[in-house]
Amino acid sequence: MDITTRDKVVARFGEKLLETSTAFDELTFLIDKGDLLAVVRFLRDDPALKYLHLSDITATDWLDRPKRFEVVYHLYSFDLRDYVRVKVRVGEEEPIDSLCSEWDGANWLEREVYDLFGVKFTGHPDLRRILTWEGFEGHPLRKDYPLTYEVPQFTYNKDEPPEVIK
Amino acid sequence: MDQKLMTINLGPQHPATHGVLRVVLDIDGETVVGCRPEVGYLHTGIEKTAEAKLYYKAIPLTDRMDYLAPMSNNLGYCLAVEKLLGVEIPPKAQWARVLLAEATRINSHLVWLGTHALDIGALSMVLYAFREREDILKIYEAVSGQRMMSTYFRIGGLAEDLPEDFGSLVQTMVTNVRRRLQEYEDILTNNRIWRNRTIGVGRLTKEEAIKSGVTGPLLRASGVKHDLRKARPYSSYEKFEFEVPTSDRCDCFGRYEVRMEEMRQSLRIIEQALAGMPDGRFRARAPGVVLPTKEETLYSMEALIYHFKLTTEGFSPPPGEVYVTIESPKGEIGFYMVSDGSPMPYRMRVRPPSFVNIAALPKLVVGRLLADVIACIGSIDIVLGEVDR
Amino acid sequence: MGLEERLPDGIILTTAEKVINWGRTKSMWPFGFGLACCAIEMISTFSPKYDMARFGMEVMRASPRQADLMIVAGRVSNKMAPVLKRLYEQMPNPKWVIAMGACASCGGVFNNYAILQGVDKIVPVDIYVPGCPPRPEQLIDGIVKLHELVKQSKIKESEKKTA
Repeated sequence: MDITTRDKVVARFGEKLLETSTAFDELTFLIDKGDLLAVVRFLRDDPALKYLHLSDITATDWLDRPKRFEVVYHLYSFDLRDYVRVKVRVGEEEPIDSLCSEWDGANWLEREVYDLFGVKFTGHPDLRRILTWEGFEGHPLRKDYPLTYEVPQFTYNKDEPPEVIK
Repeated sequence: MDQKLMTINLGPQHPATHGVLRVVLDIDGETVVGCRPEVGYLHTGIEKTAEAKLYYKAIPLTDRMDYLAPMSNNLGYCLAVEKLLGVEIPPKAQWARVLLAEATRINSHLVWLGTHALDIGALSMVLYAFREREDILKIYEAVSGQRMMSTYFRIGGLAEDLPEDFGSLVQTMVTNVRRRLQEYEDILTNNRIWRNRTIGVGRLTKEEAIKSGVTGPLLRASGVKHDLRKARPYSSYEKFEFEVPTSDRCDCFGRYEVRMEEMRQSLRIIEQALAGMPDGRFRARAPGVVLPTKEETLYSMEALIYHFKLTTEGFSPPPGEVYVTIESPKGEIGFYMVSDGSPMPYRMRVRPPSFVNIAALPKLVVGRLLADVIACIGSIDIVLGEVDR
Repeated sequence: MGLEERLPDGIILTTAEKVINWGRTKSMWPFGFGLACCAIEMISTFSPKYDMARFGMEVMRASPRQADLMIVAGRVSNKMAPVLKRLYEQMPNPKWVIAMGACASCGGVFNNYAILQGVDKIVPVDIYVPGCPPRPEQLIDGIVKLHELVKQSKIKESEKKTA
């Protein structure tokens, strides 16, 4: 784990960081959703950090928290050879800034988060479902979405009664 | 002249989309002006399914994501869970993991080479590549009993000790593949059709590649020397000597060169791993989280109890989150595991390299001819099981 | 006994049905329909070591309109199911379906919202090949069993078999 990242980000954003932690040798910043673009731009553009590679965007659903979704960004620096994790907590129906303007690779990753969790991204050019089909109801990776399911009705089975698989 | 564009639907059932990828193309004559890949036709819900399984029961699911590189997926998942648990892996298991992960890389690249060449017109390559692949599947079968979905890596080490004929099988494979790689290059590298179809096709500059987040041979063929085996060595990769091939061509031919050289380097690593294979345990001694070996359960009461408890209840890692990435044949595969202290993962996220790589397809094909789309899809080397999970 | 004894050498007698069924087993054209892991083993079956050409099946057709055997190799997601159904409908009669592997047969390990629990819910399946994925030998065994099935079929019935 590289100390400079932690020091530099803390020096730059200070009070704005809701939480800074290092666990399992991995550095995590929890930030407010309004600061997201500023923080990732700083991480990417600072000449000593250069977190150029957007590795992953995903989310976790913490059902019992007031702000249930935790959107997680992983950035990688080719120079420091290290990852940094940036987390943002949002509630249901609460949109979050899209990173599509910063990284092209964010496009599909954000679409996937939208598809599977229902987190909306403002400024995303093409926010559609990606893994499930148009017209799919619900967001499968939410904790209140059942793993067992009802068979969807398609042209091939539209005349049959809905079947529930337990 | 009528300037109307024509929209062509490629897939999801098309022999050259390597599975069930669907690409919607807007074409003006023969030139592609718009490209929209559609994925999800193989969406399997693996991430959701893993949340309802004990940690060790999720390993077989990882095999079925990138089914050409099962061992790499196993390795990434096991490393992530081991990081959560803080288990130290014995050297023999680490060496075996490196060896098999590299065999997997060759396996995956061979299928890529065969199908990519098949798409472009070199029909016989697929027959050659699948012939050599059988040698690797023989090793898989010897260690795990399964040809493809081996599930050989376990949390804390390996499922079983290496078999007695392991060394000779690996040696045969290395000799065969090394000789045959030369034959492939003789067929392809200076083949005029091959060169015309790949050189200058599917350009992706260094800046574009970094902005798109692509990894693996796609990134290295764009001139970025990034390989997680060197940058962040895992499973003792720092003890092996190998080069990271790159190319500045930024096109399909560059990716071909990079992958061919990667196979050679993998052979080098395999030979080193086989020669220096340490003795000792193949599974860590960590009661409560790692299964005892069969022999131990036969003479030790405690081992038997642990075995019973582990297989029925599983283990509960401390709450926390880890993100472990490894260099799979397709690129950077990442496992983001969130534990809430229960015996099942609260969240298992896989960062799929193919998913991010195929998202860059429009950059490669727009402005090129329709026939180049096939070459570009082939050169990205996707596996739809991993794209859609 | 009977007519055969009076015939000169080189002439055999059979029924039209038998010879048509025999012909069908010897030149079955499978539809190259790979979905997931099983598709790789399906390609292995056609590779030199296992060599499906021995059974007159080396021609993999990329179009359903030229094929009479659909090998559903891999898991079928709910998104893919309508596509698969349509591809099946495009195949000319007579046609057969092999469900290759656990996922195509019953959903396999993936009992969840995304995967169709067995391809027989949407198309009629003639042979189920177990395994995850099945070895090439297993697939060949399934194909040979299908040939046996075809040899016993009545021409009229096979023409009518449309879903």
